[in-house]
Amino acid sequence: MSTQAIPLATAHLKGPHVDFAGLSPLIALLGGAVLVLLLGLLGARWIRSQAVPTLSLLALATALGLTIWQWNADKSIVSGALRIDGLALVLNVVLIAGGACTVLLAWRSLAAREAAHGEFHALLLTSIAGMSLLAAAQNTVALFVGLELLSIPLYVLCATKLRSELSLESGLKYLIVGSVGSATLLYGLAMIYGATGATDFASIAASLSSGSLASDPLTLTGIALCVAGLCFKASVAPFHQWTPDVYEGAPTPVTAFMAVATKVAALGVFLRLFDVALISAHASWGPAVAVLATITILVGNVGALGQSSLKRMLAYSSVAQAGYMLAGVVVATQLGVQATVFYLAVYVAMNMASFAVIVARERETGLGDSIQAVAGLGRDRPLLAWPMTISMLALAGIPATAGFIGKFYLIDAAVQGGYTWLGVVIVVGSMISLGYYLPVVAAMWMRESPAGEAQTGVQSLPIGAPSPEAGGLPALAGGSPELDAASEGDATTDALGLSAPGPQPEVVLVAMLAGAATIFFGVIPQPLFNLVHGAGSALGLF
Amino acid sequence: MPALSILIWLPAAFGVLGALLSAFAARGGPSGASDANAGAGAGAEAAGRSWSVPGIVALAGSLVALGLAIGYIVDYRVGGAGLQHVTDVVWISELGIHYKLGISGLNVFLIGLTTLLFAAATLATNLRSGSPPFERPRLFYFHFMLAESAVLGAFLAQDLALFVSFFDLMLIPFYFLIGGWGRDLDSATRVQATIKLVIYTLVGSLLMLAAAIATGVLAAQQGGGHITFVLSALQATPLSTGSQEWIFLFFAAAFLVKMPAFPLHGWMPDGYRAMPIEVLMVFSGVLSKVGAYGFLAIVLPLFPQAAAHFQTLMLLIALASIVYGSAQAFSQSDARLIAGYSSMAQLGFITLGVFALNPQGAQGALLQMVNHGLVVAPILFIIALLAQRTGGSEDIRRMGGIAVRAPVLATLFLIVALATLAMPGSSNFVGEFLILLGVFKAKLAIAIIAFAGVVMASVYALRLFIRAMHNRVGPSVQSREISILDGAVLVPLVAVILFLALYPQFALHRSERSVKGAVLASEMQTRSVHLASRLVECQTQAECAPLEAIAGEARGYTGK
Repeated sequence: MSTQAIPLATAHLKGPHVDFAGLSPLIALLGGAVLVLLLGLLGARWIRSQAVPTLSLLALATALGLTIWQWNADKSIVSGALRIDGLALVLNVVLIAGGACTVLLAWRSLAAREAAHGEFHALLLTSIAGMSLLAAAQNTVALFVGLELLSIPLYVLCATKLRSELSLESGLKYLIVGSVGSATLLYGLAMIYGATGATDFASIAASLSSGSLASDPLTLTGIALCVAGLCFKASVAPFHQWTPDVYEGAPTPVTAFMAVATKVAALGVFLRLFDVALISAHASWGPAVAVLATITILVGNVGALGQSSLKRMLAYSSVAQAGYMLAGVVVATQLGVQATVFYLAVYVAMNMASFAVIVARERETGLGDSIQAVAGLGRDRPLLAWPMTISMLALAGIPATAGFIGKFYLIDAAVQGGYTWLGVVIVVGSMISLGYYLPVVAAMWMRESPAGEAQTGVQSLPIGAPSPEAGGLPALAGGSPELDAASEGDATTDALGLSAPGPQPEVVLVAMLAGAATIFFGVIPQPLFNLVHGAGSALGLF
Repeated sequence: MPALSILIWLPAAFGVLGALLSAFAARGGPSGASDANAGAGAGAEAAGRSWSVPGIVALAGSLVALGLAIGYIVDYRVGGAGLQHVTDVVWISELGIHYKLGISGLNVFLIGLTTLLFAAATLATNLRSGSPPFERPRLFYFHFMLAESAVLGAFLAQDLALFVSFFDLMLIPFYFLIGGWGRDLDSATRVQATIKLVIYTLVGSLLMLAAAIATGVLAAQQGGGHITFVLSALQATPLSTGSQEWIFLFFAAAFLVKMPAFPLHGWMPDGYRAMPIEVLMVFSGVLSKVGAYGFLAIVLPLFPQAAAHFQTLMLLIALASIVYGSAQAFSQSDARLIAGYSSMAQLGFITLGVFALNPQGAQGALLQMVNHGLVVAPILFIIALLAQRTGGSEDIRRMGGIAVRAPVLATLFLIVALATLAMPGSSNFVGEFLILLGVFKAKLAIAIIAFAGVVMASVYALRLFIRAMHNRVGPSVQSREISILDGAVLVPLVAVILFLALYPQFALHRSERSVKGAVLASEMQTRSVHLASRLVECQTQAECAPLEAIAGEARGYTGK
C-alpha cells in the first residue's frame, strides 16, 4: 500500500505539466473575449464602437502571432486531449483570418450595436476559440466541448439583430437544429465509446483496426450517428434544410462568419474523426459519405438556382461547396486532406469577398440582400463589383482564380483515391452552379443600376417596414440604454431604409483583400500549397 | 525572338495600360469627369468614330502582337516536327502542372491568324461610328485584349492542364463582351443569350477538366512516375483503351460545343445574334478553331485508340454539321446567321479532315482552319458595313443593289465570297481538296456525301453576295463606297487570302511534319486494326505471308 502511495503522492505534488506555449493561441482568444466584454461595459460611445472591435482585432492578431510562433510544433497538450500539429495550425490561421474579416464587416453593423459591442465581439472570439479547439481535438470529449463552445455563441450571434423577427427566428431555428445535431453526434460518440472503450482517437483507431470491431453493429450505428451529427454542423444534405433560413435571417456579418468559419471547423473535425479515429472502418463509411457528398452537391446546386436573395443563394452554394470538400474526406488519403484544407482556405477568401459586398450594399441601397442590390454595380462601384465578380467566378471554378486550383486539387484527389465518379459529380455540380453564379455577374455588369427606382421605392414604403439591415422601428427601441443611445444618430435615416452609409472603407477593404487573395492564389498557388502540406502529413495518412 | 510569354501576355498588358492611361487622362482632363466614358473624349465626336485612349492603346498592342506573330512565322524552322521557342517552368509542382509553351507546325499559323483577326477587330471597334456612343471603352478593350491573351495561351500551351485553364479562361472576357456590349436587343434577351452561350461552352470545358485530370492521374498510375500534365510526357504513356474512350468523349464534347458541331450548336443562333460584330469576328474566326485545334493537337496524339474507335461517329457528326449548316445557311435571311451556319458547315469539313486520321485530311483541316478564319471575319465585317448602308438591318431581304455605287466593296466581298465557296485557285479549294482526299482514303461513302457540302457552299455564298450587292435596290438602301479606314480592316485580310491562294505551300510546307506527327498514332491504330482483321481472315499462305511480314516489321519497332 505505502509503496504505491508514495509515487502517487509525488506525482500529485509535481502537478500536471501544462504546455502554455501550445495553449497560447487559445488563451489569447479567450482572454481577448473577457477583455472585450469588460471594455464594452465602459460608457463612452467611441470605446464601445471603436475600441472594442480594435481590441478584438488585436486579440486575433495575437492569436495569429502565437500560432505562427508554434508553427513547427507537433505535440500533444492537455494530457493528449489536443494536438498542436500542422492541421490544427493551418486551420487556426484560416479561422483567425475569417474571424478578422467578420470583425471588420461587423464594425458598423446594426447587429453589433444592438447586441452591445462588447458582447457581440466576446461571443465571436469565444466561438473562434471553440473552432480552434475543435481543429486540435484528439479525443471525443475535446471534440464535443469544442463543438459546443463554437455553437452556443453562434446561436446567440444569429439573433443579435434584436428588432428583426427574421434574425430572432434564425437564432431559434439554429438553436433547435444545432442542438439536435449536437445530441445526435453525442449519441454517436457514446456508441463508439461503448464499442471501443476509448475516447481518444488513437485508441479508437487501434481497437477498430484489430478484430471485427469495425463491422460491429454498435460501431456502425455510432459512426452513422456521428456522420449525421457532423452533417448538421457542416450543412451537408439531407441535413441542410436549416441553412438557407438561418443564413438569410442572421445579420450578414454573422452569416459570413457562419458560412466560412463553421465550415472550416466542421470539415476539420470530419478530417480528424473520420480520417484518423475511424480510418479502419473506411470501407463502411467511405461509400456512404461519398453518396452524401453527391447528394449534397446536387441538392445545394439545384437549390441555389433561381434564388433572388443573395444570402440564400450563398447558403445553398455553401451546401454545395461542403459537398465538394467532402470528396477530400472520403478518399482518406494525404492528398485528400491537403485538397480539403486547401479548398477550405480558398473557400474563406471567396465567400468573404461576396459577403463583404453584400454587407456594403445592404447599407447603401436598402434593398437588403436581393440580387437587385448589386445590379449595375460595375458602373457605380467598380471597387465592389470586381471582388464580387472574382468571388462568383472563383466559386464557379473558373481558371485564374483560386477556386479553379482548389477544385482541380479536389478532383485530382478524388481520382487518385479511386473515386473518379465523384470527380465527375463535382464537375457536374460546377456546371449547374454556373446557372446561379453567372446571373449575379450579369446583374452587376450588364444591367442598369436600379438606384433611381430603388430609392423612391423604399421611400414609399411604410416607415416601419422591416428592411433587413435597417432594422426600422426606432420608436420601439426601449430595451436598453445602449440601444437608445446607439440608434439615435441613425434613427431617421434607418427608418427610411437608406441608412446613409457614409464611407465604409473597412468593408471595401475586406472585399478587395479577399478578392485579391482569390486571384493571387489562383495564379501563384505555391505558398498555399506549402501551407497545407504540413496539414496533410499531420494525420499520418498516405 | 522574344519568349512566347511576351506574345501571350502583351495584349492583356496593353489592355490594362490603356485602362490606366485613360483613367489618368480622365482625371487630369479639363472636364474632370470621372465616368468611364471620359476616355471617349472630344476626339471621338470630331471624327464621328469612337476613337478612345484605350482603343488606340489596344490597337497598338494588337499590332505589336501581330508583328511578333509574323516574326515567329518567318522564324519557323521548317525542318523539325518538334517544339520551337519552348518555355517550360513548373507552375504548380504538387499537381505536376507546367507552364509550358511552344510553337509547332500545328499552332504557328493559328497564332498568326489570331493576332491578325484581333488586330483587324480592334481596328474595326475603333472605327465604330458614334450612335449610340460606344460606352465604357476602357472595360471593353481590357476584356478584348484579355481574350486575345487567353486564346493565344490556349494555342501555345503544351501542358494539358494549362491548355484547359486557358480554354476555360478565354470564355470569361467574351461573357462580359457579349453581355455588356451586345447588339441592342433588349438587355434581358441579350443576357439570356450570353448566359446560354457561356453555360453551353463551359459545360463542355468542365467535362474536359475532369477528363484532363483523369488523364494525368491515370497516366501517372500507369507509368508509376510523379503526376504530370506535360503533353509530350502524357503522349509517352498511353492510357488503356477503356479509359481513353470515356476521356475522349469528354474532350470531344468540349471541342464540338466550341466549334459548334451539329447536335451541340444550340447556343449559336442566339449567341451570334447578340454579339457585337467585332467580337463576333474573333469569336467565329478564332475561338471555333481552338476546338478543332484541340482535336488535332491533343486528342489525336493522346487518345489514338479512342480516336480510331470513334472515327465513324465523329465523321458522321461532321457530316451532319456540313449538311445541316449548309441547309440552314441557304434558307436563313439574317446575314449573320448565314455566316454562322456557314461556319458550322466549314467546321464540319475541318472535323472531317481531322478524323480522316491520315496526313492529307489533317493537313487540309489545318489549312482550312486558317482559311475559314480569314474569310469569316471579313464577311462579318462586310455585313456590318452593309448594315450601315441599309439603315441598320442585317436582313438580306432589305439589302440589294449596293454594288453599283461601291465597286471596291463589291470586289473585296466577291473575293471573300469566292474564297468561302472554295473556288479552284483559292486556298480554301486546296484545303477542301486535301480534306476530301483524306476522307476518300478513310471512308468512301462519307466523302461522297461531303461533296454535296462543297456544292451547297457555293449556293449560300453566292446567294449572300447576290442578294446583298446586286438585285433590286433594297427599300432603305443608301449605297456608298467604303472609307479608307474601313478598307484598312478588310484589305490586309483579303491580301492574306490572296497570298495563300497563290502560295498555299507556304502553310502546308511548314505544318507538314507536325501534322504527320500529330495523326501518326491514330493513323497507325486504324491501320493495325485493319491489318489484324485481314490477318484473321486470310486463307492462303500467299495472302497471309506479306501481311505477317508487315506485322513483324511493326512489332520490331521498339522505340529505341
